[in-house]
Amino acid sequence: MKRIGEHFGGWIYAVFALVTLCVFFACVCLGSVRIPLRETMRVIADAIRGVPSGEAYSLARSVIIPIRLPRVLCVALVGASLSLAGASMQGLLKNPLADGSTIGVSSGASLGAVISIAFGITFPKLPFAGTMVMAILFALLSLLIILGLAWRLDCSLSTNTIILIGVIFSMFASSVMSIVITFAGDHLKSITFWTMGSLQGSSYRNAAVLAGTLAAAGTVLLLHARELNAFAIGEDNARAVGVNVRRVRLTVLIAVSCLIGVCVSIGGTIGFVGLVTPHMVRMIVGPNHKRLLPASLFSGAVFLMLADLAARSLFSPRELPLGVVTSMVGAAVFVAIYYRSRRR
Amino acid sequence: MLKVDRLTVQYGALAAVNDCSFTVSDGQWLMIIGPNGAGKSTILNAVSQGVPYTGTIRFDGKDLKKTDAATRARSIGVLSQNHYVGYAFSVEEVVRLGRYAHRGGLFSSHRAEDETAVEEALERTGLTPLRRQSVLTLSGGELQRTFLAQVFAQNPRYLLLDEPTNHLDLVYQKQIFALISEWLKVPGRAVVSVVHDLSLAKAYGTQALLLDHGRTVALGDTRTVTSAENLNAVYDMDVAAWMRSMLTQWEDE
Repeated sequence: MKRIGEHFGGWIYAVFALVTLCVFFACVCLGSVRIPLRETMRVIADAIRGVPSGEAYSLARSVIIPIRLPRVLCVALVGASLSLAGASMQGLLKNPLADGSTIGVSSGASLGAVISIAFGITFPKLPFAGTMVMAILFALLSLLIILGLAWRLDCSLSTNTIILIGVIFSMFASSVMSIVITFAGDHLKSITFWTMGSLQGSSYRNAAVLAGTLAAAGTVLLLHARELNAFAIGEDNARAVGVNVRRVRLTVLIAVSCLIGVCVSIGGTIGFVGLVTPHMVRMIVGPNHKRLLPASLFSGAVFLMLADLAARSLFSPRELPLGVVTSMVGAAVFVAIYYRSRRR
Repeated sequence: MLKVDRLTVQYGALAAVNDCSFTVSDGQWLMIIGPNGAGKSTILNAVSQGVPYTGTIRFDGKDLKKTDAATRARSIGVLSQNHYVGYAFSVEEVVRLGRYAHRGGLFSSHRAEDETAVEEALERTGLTPLRRQSVLTLSGGELQRTFLAQVFAQNPRYLLLDEPTNHLDLVYQKQIFALISEWLKVPGRAVVSVVHDLSLAKAYGTQALLLDHGRTVALGDTRTVTSAENLNAVYDMDVAAWMRSMLTQWEDE
């Protein structure tokens, strides 16, 4: 496939944004109840202005405003976050098999969420449900543990050390999770569904948390595009051209962990988005992170919105867990990409 | 001036470099020679702050440990022997990265200067026709020239070379050494390189540092350091005799 040239300007972002917007509205309109685009627009506009929509639109409004719109918003934001995190990690670790979960933070977040579901832990004073708070807390705790262990092993925080500690930590967190599940009893079903990943029942508050995190952590990552290019070519080379490798690595890891922690806390473990989307995007825009990161952001949103649409409409009214759909599609796409690149 | 003072690099119980001191001044080409495991590359890694060490390394009087990465990169460039690039970056993208240390902040005005440096580096290394090509499709020699172009674009004052022509055939070897000699002609520059090939060290080096098991055996001008006495002791063989016997293979051609 021919790559888009060295310098592409605003138009490519306009195309990406337009596609994202089209998919977004398509996903809001489609589903078990199909609502025409004009009605959807009207209902959203009315809701924003705070006026009632009239008798004819009552069904559309009751489906779109409290249920579908917040869900699609959350799906888009989670997709964008996971994909951006994956692209950053693949660059940072110079490893095309890395994604946000490589450093083990997502397993830590899952563990937190599972503990809170199993033991019914809630924080009455805090604005969000216990699951989310616990997941974020555990994500940050995991990052501290992983970096602390890596630091003790070698203070230059080398890539290999981080991957190794991350993988080991993931296994450890999974085993603890299994123990917790053994004692979960009645909550087993909700835990199982949660670990498969779903954004069913997302709220505007969830979307606001996701958007805030993505704005902050995403900006940090986008501003490190040049440094990530250097890392993707090689860590020694990055040091040689003057990148402060330790500071950059720490900054990127923290930004990625924040994104992953919040995503897992809201949507559960949704696999393959962070792994596959950057690969697909790289085939179109090339490996330069100045283009790869923004393109991954949009593509991740599109990919996950389409996957979510499939999850809720393929066997309607029964709904598939989103994580299952992304893993199935993702695995197939990944194998296809891998074979293609090998044959070349 | 690069001044390395009592440098020691410890890998666990092993001292890869042991109490090593030397100075490199403008215009010099210091060749670091010695058998495998002598600690040659480790010295370069320490200078580029890639390994923890004790002792001091100063560039123009400033301690490199306390110098920030970008300032260091404007003074000292590094070209290493092995490059594995996993992603399909173009030659130009890799070369352009050499300008990293010259960009100040978000809104710097070095654009024009960057462009000139990149163009010149591509031109000098003969890579202009390949500038859009993916580095994954390059031969070993072309890849090494790409990274040489990167370090030229970086425009440091001193250049550290770690076996720059290892694995390269003779044509590229000659090409790269010619390019570096040319680069060194500008006043204020110097080169430190690790080489295995003692003939190359004798041909291009102005100074030499002979190491064995992390310790300095000899330091000074190349001719003195590469004396039969020094080399034979370190390599445990008659080096000059072996070199000459190799050369005689060409005599009746």
